Amino acid sequence: MLLRRNTLKIRSSEITPEHVYLSRRRFMRLGALALGSAALTACGGQLGDTLAGRTAPAGTREPLPAPTGSAEIKRDEFGDPANSFETISTYNNYYEFTEDKEAVSRLAANFKAEPWTVTVGGLVNNPRTYDIDDLRRKFDQEERIYRLRCVEGWSMVIPWIGFPLHKLLKEVEPKAEARYVRFESLFDPQQYPNQRPPTFYPWPYTEGLRLDEAMHDLTLMVTGLYGKPLPNSNGAPLRLAVPWKYGFKSIKAIVKIELTAEQPKTLWNTMAPHEYGFYSNVNPQRPHPRWSQATERRIGEPGRRPTLMFNGYAEQVAGLYAGMDLQVNY
Amino acid sequence: MDWLRANWLRIVAHIGALAPLGVIVLDNYRYNLTANPIQEIIVRTGKVALVLLVLSLACTPLNTIFGFRQALQVRRALGLYGFMYAGLHLAAFAVLDYGLDLQLIGQTIIEKYYVIAGFIAFIILVPLAVTSTRGWMARLGKRWRALHKLVYLAVPVAVLHFALLVKSLGSRPEPLLFGAVVIVLLALRIPAMRRAISNLRFKVRGAAQRSSYAPSHADKGL
Repeated sequence: MLLRRNTLKIRSSEITPEHVYLSRRRFMRLGALALGSAALTACGGQLGDTLAGRTAPAGTREPLPAPTGSAEIKRDEFGDPANSFETISTYNNYYEFTEDKEAVSRLAANFKAEPWTVTVGGLVNNPRTYDIDDLRRKFDQEERIYRLRCVEGWSMVIPWIGFPLHKLLKEVEPKAEARYVRFESLFDPQQYPNQRPPTFYPWPYTEGLRLDEAMHDLTLMVTGLYGKPLPNSNGAPLRLAVPWKYGFKSIKAIVKIELTAEQPKTLWNTMAPHEYGFYSNVNPQRPHPRWSQATERRIGEPGRRPTLMFNGYAEQVAGLYAGMDLQVNY
Repeated sequence: MDWLRANWLRIVAHIGALAPLGVIVLDNYRYNLTANPIQEIIVRTGKVALVLLVLSLACTPLNTIFGFRQALQVRRALGLYGFMYAGLHLAAFAVLDYGLDLQLIGQTIIEKYYVIAGFIAFIILVPLAVTSTRGWMARLGKRWRALHKLVYLAVPVAVLHFALLVKSLGSRPEPLLFGAVVIVLLALRIPAMRRAISNLRFKVRGAAQRSSYAPSHADKGL
């Protein structure tokens, strides 16, 4: 135990990424109140760890030991470390189960993610129904480390496993008149307590993308996480990851994909159109009426960091929206 | 024993009001503050603040209408504890969440209705907390009562603060519940309403007791 605090050796895993360091510095610059935070940090526990930038999974007594080699830490292209498997799979917005993010993983424990089929149809030449195993075999499964920015103002870095949606769409051959892709989640009140009446939401959950967004290489059909099958709480067995859009666009537990000519209705846009637009691209310049979109809290990090346009994917996706007023088309 | 009979409610109030803070500290060391501990602390302190403020609003009607005199013993303590949690709530927001970045906080206050509402509620509570001592009561005399009627504004604004930040009131009715309770508690202070309920209670009691008439606080018309 004493050797753990060997000050001469600094593991590369202990070197703080620059912008974390900078945000922490901004945090600490603030004189007297910083002392209070320092005191809280010194008190330790979960809050102390968070303020010190030491992450620990929820629901465990001890913080996880830091991985010994930097190679083991997965990072996004900015060098930010991925959140732990525990954090990613136990802090979820999955309203079919509950609105309580902490309770989802427990309620989802017995969810039946196998067998599972997905129908792909609508305006396509080859409508098909795929078994989830077909999809896993047919398309190479690759790891993509994406940032996920929730519309609520928090974010994570997540090493998804999956395949780009365009591979699947090419197989079914969209017709010329297809302009949008509509996604539908499972409707099963037996399994989803929050779908049982009386329910407030127009289930099933639906989402949509413009066809060019759906064909973009970043748009991922997700089947796994950290090299393992996708946890139930994250939308097993098949979900979407559209990293430049707010998290709710990345629909979970997909059973149906449909190509349409008209812009499809989506659940949140139907419920509160002035709050959740069809596009819902991450945009720090467009405040949400009830919370900040200019900054975000990276889970496991102290303070807040600035939110990046298109969640940091502007270089890849800004072209999709050339000439569009994103204040209007939010 | 007599002391306990006279003061049990005070003990319950102090323990009950401090317990949530103890649970937060305990959960901190048990790593039980969710993956988003700052958010969790903000949410918990805010809810406790609101509950305590509503309870302090309940003390007066409990006495005037139901003759539960002991409620008055804890009215000030509940209000002050509510203010304490509101202060922790604000501190967690400003220091833990926003790192006391005043520019960012200012921008957020302007941008978000719920932040404005929460801020107003807190500011109203400050002079009430400061003047809650006997000394200030004596100094302000009649004006003290008038000043402390501001709590009838602060608590509804705090409920509004809660209602404005909830994603959809239909699925999360808590703010509506708080709102309904506050409306009832405020309505019970309207003299006509108070008299009507007191009379009703008096009648019911009178009927039950028939011949053995016993005066109660209710018929003093407080």
